[in-house]
Amino acid sequence: MSGPEEGRDPQSVGRFDVPQQVPAPDAEPARRNGHRPAAQAAPTPTAPPVSSAPPTPTPTPTPARTPAGEVDAALPGGTEPVVSDRPGDHWDRKVANGLAFLRRRLSGDYEVDEFGFDAELTDAVFHPLLRLLYRDWFRTEVSGVQHVPVDGPALVVGNHSGTVALDALILSAALHDKHPAHRYLRLLGADLVFRMPVVSELARKTGGTVACNPDAERLLGGGDLVGVFPEGFKGIGKLYADRYKLQRFGRGGFVSAALRTGTPIVPVAIVGGEEIYPMLADIKPLARLLKLPYFPVTPTFPLLGPLGMVPLPSKWLIEFCPPIPTAHLTDSADDPLVVFNLADQVRETIQQTLHTLLERRPDPFGP
Amino acid sequence: MTPGGTSGAPGVVVVTGVGRYLGAHVAARLAADPRIERVIGVDAPDSGTEFTDLLDRVERIRVDSGSLGGLLADLDVDAVVHLALVTSPDPQHGGRSAMKDQNVIGSMQMLAACQRAPRLRKLVVRSSTAAYGVSFRDPAVFTEETEPREVPRGGFGRDILDLEGYVRGFRRRRSDVTATVLRFAPFIGSTADTTLTRYFSQPFVPTVFGRDPRLQFLHFDDALEVLHRSIVEDHPGTYNVAGPGVLSLSQAIRRAGRVAVPVLEPGLSGAAALARTMGFGRYGLDQVDLFVHGRVVDTSRLEQEYGFTPRSTAEAFEDFIRAHHGGVVVTRDQLAAAEQLVLDGIRQVRSAVRERSS
Repeated sequence: MSGPEEGRDPQSVGRFDVPQQVPAPDAEPARRNGHRPAAQAAPTPTAPPVSSAPPTPTPTPTPARTPAGEVDAALPGGTEPVVSDRPGDHWDRKVANGLAFLRRRLSGDYEVDEFGFDAELTDAVFHPLLRLLYRDWFRTEVSGVQHVPVDGPALVVGNHSGTVALDALILSAALHDKHPAHRYLRLLGADLVFRMPVVSELARKTGGTVACNPDAERLLGGGDLVGVFPEGFKGIGKLYADRYKLQRFGRGGFVSAALRTGTPIVPVAIVGGEEIYPMLADIKPLARLLKLPYFPVTPTFPLLGPLGMVPLPSKWLIEFCPPIPTAHLTDSADDPLVVFNLADQVRETIQQTLHTLLERRPDPFGP
Repeated sequence: MTPGGTSGAPGVVVVTGVGRYLGAHVAARLAADPRIERVIGVDAPDSGTEFTDLLDRVERIRVDSGSLGGLLADLDVDAVVHLALVTSPDPQHGGRSAMKDQNVIGSMQMLAACQRAPRLRKLVVRSSTAAYGVSFRDPAVFTEETEPREVPRGGFGRDILDLEGYVRGFRRRRSDVTATVLRFAPFIGSTADTTLTRYFSQPFVPTVFGRDPRLQFLHFDDALEVLHRSIVEDHPGTYNVAGPGVLSLSQAIRRAGRVAVPVLEPGLSGAAALARTMGFGRYGLDQVDLFVHGRVVDTSRLEQEYGFTPRSTAEAFEDFIRAHHGGVVVTRDQLAAAEQLVLDGIRQVRSAVRERSS
């Protein structure tokens, strides 16, 4: 990031030094799009440094000719009274921030963790998109966020539904927004997700990784919040008639990962996902041909083609349940009895919570 | 110094593959170490003379790998550093079959010779993180214990799996020898010339569409350091050697100021196969698989046992960029300038509009 800084220095020093002695209250009109405290000291057209600046159609001193990265740094300063009455400034800042973001992306100036998680991209692109979806389209209500620890690891276990695994993405975005510590949920996905081009790339960039014990334990060991849906394809690929009936929880691999790291398990019940793509039938031969776990037929897909991809606007409720501690069971990670019992306990908790939530929501497409 | 100390420094060291970049540098570095009495560089009879000035203090023996057995016994060798591996088929030197001869048959003969060397105490073998194979079910980060789930498609990956199998057999038969296997991430650095450095030196870089693999690099100087320590200290076992941290391929390309050209995966695999049969280019299925899956390893065992942390992947790559700024398409300064230009443009237009309306 040395480039822009260096490019600016010689000019800005001159620009910001001189006006210290130029109080010039009549300089006000020239400060229309000032961004920073220095704007108060922005030179009037009479100030020498500006006249030497590249010719502009107006005498506006363009104090924002600084790298955009600095714009937000200068914001908390006392600029408010000067800037607030100019509605354009908000957009100026947005444009400047957007350009700075674009430049950082294009020059590779960002960090990616060992799982491929790109926090900057997630914050700037994926979460805003998901926010539109969960807040405005699904009217999601989240409760029990206090059960998710503020720091340290936790394993969030949820029910899976909805033909495509949209519920996992909604859960991660909603949790990040509603949680006081704005924690990222690191999702564990089936290997099919990582087989598909583009999808695999997006999954890794948003913090996902392959559902396997080494990855789960590594994330939990690093103090991360891990999200897992033990039903897998059995959950999302079930028919609409079976909605909100939890499927089998597999071998309970998620429990042994939690036990081995002594991580609390936070069950979460998600209501609303089942109605977004109600799956009426499953064309098995076609699924086998395409090497997919199922091929869905919904009221709109494949009848309406791409239009059938638009999720129905169901009402969503997400409730986090009290955590189940596992620290005292660290030695029993290989004991199938303990693992199955704990998996059953988690499953029962989610199923019970689903029933209570469904009572609270009599109309799936209500307000 | 680190655990192990100088007591482990051997008297006579044989380095294989001194006709190549890595071997020559390791041999030269060991020869400069006063604790080591003799450094003998072994090489194939037809090898080039590129590095002769580097190897003036190294005794060079040109011998084909079949007659290595008697040689090691005659020389009273204490330690062997086996570096004679070919990472990609070289069409000028026999292509894939010569590569396999060298990597698999050559290593087998080398290990057989080591087994018969009575005074041998130490064996250091160069391996690669390709030993983990590639699979979509792979964990994101490999530790030394991770078993490969699928045999890789690429020739080098298969050779490495074979090689490590032979070393396991050697360990069983000669348990008195300290055997160190170093799984190196791809080398990079200001001077190293490898398949990957050539790849990143092009202005337009082909990538696999829809994939952004996570990559790790190892700075060449750190590889030398680790190999040196493996010889003068005792570190039995298998170690991942890579720069901590991760760069995604797209990020690396952008940092290098190159332009990525995404290609559909079947097309790229086909092109790689075609290039191999036609005998041009050195990209093979090894590279395609790396660019689909990526490869990240855990280096905590190395850091603990050697007391040494290689410079990070990002730093190693930065060093490479500084040395190879020739083919840059877009620089950071240009991007920053473009950003300024757009911002200025917006301001000028707006102030012009305001001037007119007021």
